[in-house]
Amino acid sequence: MAKVHLWASLRRFADGQEVVEVDAATVGQMMDALERAHPGLGPAIKAGLSVAVDGEVIANNRAAPVGPESEVFLLQRLKGG
Amino acid sequence: MARDDVKTGYKLIGTRPNRPDGLDKVTGRARYGADFSLPGMLHAAVVRSPHAHARIVKIDASKALALDGVKAVVTRADLPTGLTGEDLNLQDNTLAGEKALYDGHAVAAVAATSALLAQDAARLIEVTYEVLPHVTDVDAAMAPGAPVIRPGVADYSVPEGMHGNVARYMEFGHGDMEAGFAAADVVREHTYKTEATHQGYIEPHAAVGQLGADGRGEMWVCTQGHWYIRRMSAAVLGIEAANLRVTPSEIGGGFGGKTTIFMEPLTLALSKKAGGRPVKLVMSRSEVLRATGPTASASMDVKLGMKKDGTITAGQVFFRMQGGAFVGMSPIGEALPCAFACYDIPALKHEAVEVIANRPKAAAYRAPGSPMAAFAVESLVDEMCRELKLDPIEVRLKNGAKNGSKSSYGPVYNVIGLQETLEAAKAHPNYAIPLGPNQGRGVASGFWFNHGGETSVSLAVGEDGTATVMIGTPDIGGSRASIGLMVAETLGIPYEDVRVNVVETGALGVNEPTHGSRATFASGKAAVLAAGQAIKEMCKRAAAEWEIDAEAVEWKDGAAHPAGPNAGKFPPMTIGEIGSKMGGSGGPISGHHEVTAEGVGASFGTHVVDVEVDPETGRTTILRYLVVQDAGTAIHPAYVEGQYQGGAAQGIGWALNEEYVYGTDGRLQNPIFLDYRIPVASDLPMIDTVIVEVPNPGHPYGVRGVGETGITPPLPAVASAIAGATGARIRSLPCSPPKVLAAIKANRA
Repeated sequence: MAKVHLWASLRRFADGQEVVEVDAATVGQMMDALERAHPGLGPAIKAGLSVAVDGEVIANNRAAPVGPESEVFLLQRLKGG
Repeated sequence: MARDDVKTGYKLIGTRPNRPDGLDKVTGRARYGADFSLPGMLHAAVVRSPHAHARIVKIDASKALALDGVKAVVTRADLPTGLTGEDLNLQDNTLAGEKALYDGHAVAAVAATSALLAQDAARLIEVTYEVLPHVTDVDAAMAPGAPVIRPGVADYSVPEGMHGNVARYMEFGHGDMEAGFAAADVVREHTYKTEATHQGYIEPHAAVGQLGADGRGEMWVCTQGHWYIRRMSAAVLGIEAANLRVTPSEIGGGFGGKTTIFMEPLTLALSKKAGGRPVKLVMSRSEVLRATGPTASASMDVKLGMKKDGTITAGQVFFRMQGGAFVGMSPIGEALPCAFACYDIPALKHEAVEVIANRPKAAAYRAPGSPMAAFAVESLVDEMCRELKLDPIEVRLKNGAKNGSKSSYGPVYNVIGLQETLEAAKAHPNYAIPLGPNQGRGVASGFWFNHGGETSVSLAVGEDGTATVMIGTPDIGGSRASIGLMVAETLGIPYEDVRVNVVETGALGVNEPTHGSRATFASGKAAVLAAGQAIKEMCKRAAAEWEIDAEAVEWKDGAAHPAGPNAGKFPPMTIGEIGSKMGGSGGPISGHHEVTAEGVGASFGTHVVDVEVDPETGRTTILRYLVVQDAGTAIHPAYVEGQYQGGAAQGIGWALNEEYVYGTDGRLQNPIFLDYRIPVASDLPMIDTVIVEVPNPGHPYGVRGVGETGITPPLPAVASAIAGATGARIRSLPCSPPKVLAAIKANRA
């Protein structure tokens, strides 16, 4: 199960959990599983999130792979100049 | 630094050939947004709110429409309804709805047969306003009693009980904060402020749009991203994006401010109302400053714990940022992760709110959020270094992030070059130059994530052995030259034999804009892979002619060769020979690559600045300035240096002079370059650069984006140098002469 770290102000939408374990093979599956398990995270996910999977920042690619032992951090959707 | 997993020993990469757009630009042949014209073209002008906050009671365009030559007027009533989210934000900013939300907010637009006539007609459009209370300062907008600009603006993230102008909230961190601060010998906290600044591109926004009654249209526009312009304009106008073809012009700077739309859809809306005649709209400088995206203003609390040996034990920030009257425009989501990105600190807490205020809709500006965050955190690091008499570079080396460090925002850094920039800065001669009276030295480091993003590139082999590359990322900082070098290196042909063209939306798959320092990284990576595909096909063609297996052919030095003695003896077949015969050997040869590019390498830099402050006037002179930054691999070092110098120049302007000044009436007081003072050449010395190269393993040639990090360290570095020169610490930018003089006097007192 991949370990998905939620930033502090998201935790109230996931029963206070800092880390949520998710069974997913891709970033998209991970997002969908998160929302199914914790519907309160839906608005944040719909607003657009970037993620870091094992240190690699994935700005916007639902097809990017997630491994069973992956460490995932949710990030605000990043913009650049 | 040599790495086993990255290629070295290049023939072309790392050289400095002439820029492909150089002659066009110095001779005036380059076509910018305002240079484009079409037969029968109309000209447009925009009516803008003179109030910071006002209800629009009535718009009467009858007098304007009565003028001979006036062909169309559009107001919000001409745009579709029912939009939500960012599409609604974009529409609300394109033309005000029920309320004007800032000084300069577009209320109506008119098209006429000449620009002068359009301006006259705009003056005849009568708008009746009911003026409402306004607020423009970020802290004032959160104060009890501040007018709530847009009730119900808060999104899911805002906890109950916050002010009605708070639109977003974010918090994250790690470690034991209490134990972290308890372990420190010194704990200090201060509040820092930065004003909004504008990207200050030389070329104002300009577009020519044409939209017929059938809903099909075209636009020629100055932009960083024409697919974004297409999607956003289509959304605002309720037309199909596929029916809109957008061609980018040359671009006179963007820095993030041209990644979105402001007035572009108005050209299409006016064109449709005027029977499909093309409409040109060119903003004045005053309109650019009043109504296009400056960056956010910020008010930031920082607390740091440090041991006497310089070890940082804990850090905490609370940022308040406003990005105008629209949700989601402030860069809190970037500023917070950037705040401590240069450090490896055991206990960190980050907290931020986005506040809306009666200001224009902010846009991205070079490393959005990072310069403000650096000003707050790096200034306090410097204050504590001075208090504890510690060398600021040694403190950063001691606490700085390294390969394998867990970043302040969670993920572990892979291969980064912060330590290398610090070592290079420490070893640079500038750092050892003795300082005189009224002189001071400042040091700061900076960070930017960099970005990959949606990318589509195509490459065609010419009959003469040249290669033409089609990219979708407008060339702002030299990407055509850099991509040309990478393709030439890959194909083994001269740089001069590669043409790189930025093409329109009908010619490629979707491309994100040139933003996030991604063009040389992402379009470059895709172009290299496209070239590899063409090489594979050329080897196949040679193999067919030699009647050997394609696998027995290898590509080197611009030609197909038998891969070894067993493949047979054939003279090399050059790209020119293959190209000249391709019509008869199977048809045109091309390559393409489409990807959401990943593998970006994070960017770090360290700056050292020496200043002299005139104690009588408070004027600061930059004596010398050093930028050290990791480029991964510098494909075209002159362009890399240009990015470093440009970033530093903009950061120095932000530190010393630039600011949005609002009157008590909520109107912008300095909407011209005479009063909004960006640095000019005579303000700055030659900016010294050192290119550190720690190749990014996520790119075939090791590229990291270099465009943004350079604007980040100057804000704290300059303020710290002024503190060194005067003993007075400025915690609210800009360090303008009156402010510095007041601080010197207060310090003496």
